[in-house]
Amino acid sequence: MPRLTADVELCQGYGNCTTTASDVYDVDDDGKVVLLRQIIDDADRSRVEEATRSCPVNALRVLDR
Amino acid sequence: MTGTVAVVGSSVAGVRTAQALRTEEHGGPVVLIGAEAGLPYDKPPLSKQFLAGTWGADRITLLTEAAARAAGIELRLGVPAQHLDVAGREVLLADGHRVSYDHVVIATGSAARPSPWPVASGVHVLRTLDDSRALRADLERPGPVVVVGGGFIGAEVAATARASGHAVTVVDPLPAPIGRLLGPEIGELMGQVHQRHGVDTRLGVGVQDITGEAGNLMVTLTDGRQVEAATVVVGIGAIPTTGWLAESGLLVDNGVVCDEYCRAVERDDVWAVGDVARWDHPRLGEAVRVEHWTNAVEQAACVAFNLTHSGQLRGYAPTEYVWSDQYDWKIQIVGQPRAAVKHRFIGEPGAEPPRFAVVYSDGDSRLAGALAVNWPKALVACRRLLAVGASSDEAAKLVETLLVPTVA
Repeated sequence: MPRLTADVELCQGYGNCTTTASDVYDVDDDGKVVLLRQIIDDADRSRVEEATRSCPVNALRVLDR
Repeated sequence: MTGTVAVVGSSVAGVRTAQALRTEEHGGPVVLIGAEAGLPYDKPPLSKQFLAGTWGADRITLLTEAAARAAGIELRLGVPAQHLDVAGREVLLADGHRVSYDHVVIATGSAARPSPWPVASGVHVLRTLDDSRALRADLERPGPVVVVGGGFIGAEVAATARASGHAVTVVDPLPAPIGRLLGPEIGELMGQVHQRHGVDTRLGVGVQDITGEAGNLMVTLTDGRQVEAATVVVGIGAIPTTGWLAESGLLVDNGVVCDEYCRAVERDDVWAVGDVARWDHPRLGEAVRVEHWTNAVEQAACVAFNLTHSGQLRGYAPTEYVWSDQYDWKIQIVGQPRAAVKHRFIGEPGAEPPRFAVVYSDGDSRLAGALAVNWPKALVACRRLLAVGASSDEAAKLVETLLVPTVA
């Protein structure tokens, strides 16, 4: 199943990922991305990939395990 | 749909459309056509990190050749599209080549509104990578900078130029330039960001004329005063790039006019995304055109879905969102504050750095939009509540609870 990574150093808190995949991404009090899940089902992959492409600073990845 | 999709325009709307088509398992060829010769690049850093010289061109590449190859996206870069033959389903390129398609996605974006003051050198607009390079070169020399236009691009350029040590003056005919988006009161507060960082503002006054040359320019204002500049940046808006469609027969009126599914009216094989698309927004009930990065990306995903799911088309009804990074302010705006009747202020504008939010209410006390400064969590909360039609009271209460950080 696909594995997720998020680079909090790159993250600027723009928050687009939380709109496309609010079950996977959130932001914390410092405005940095939080992964609510590290592993997703294959069925969620296209939606989460769409969320990664909505990141203006390219901080999110979907990896094959 | 297994036919060829031609995507005309290689900025973020076009690139994301091409990528999303693969995510939606479109099996046929995807051809990405771009006027500029270099690899597709991202525009927001052109007024910030790239202009400042802290990021190079490689850092803003949107699609490498390897990524395009891996995704099966054919790149046709360096030649602009010249004509769209809707009946013959062909894109005619300026070098005479033709690209046949089954569906075409128009993603040609917009161009900077040109400076109306004819000066041989030293006056810049900022839209493309080459624009940013040329401005960067001029900013490497000392001397005062005048920015004409106090919108997001102008404000970001002013912040970048100030940070690299220039004396900067921002000129705008409106007394509160961001007030167009946020209302006059909050717009005025936001305008103070310039003075806080030592940037002079001349607001409520226009530019009469610019004379001289690079390094030695004189900007004459409509009140008769004059401001010296080594470099002038003109950020007075953008115009959708639709000239190449003039003979296509498509309906063009401040953008390519589309239905709620982002299809050009009366065509089921012509689509438009990003700055160039003016579509029928199902929730707002009017035709809108949006020049924001996030809209380009969300609209690209919607068009890619609709193009590959002809039996289950989705109307495109986004919640508008835009950000701007100026000095030490991260400004985020969601929804339509300009349509609000009242607002509520939450947080501390006087703190260093400031952190506050403004929650806007429509005539029915529903949440109309929100502004957050240095407060992404508040913005995300309001963005979610907007999507479900929450009341402005609910939004204000939730944002107030965020003032107290959660204990980990």
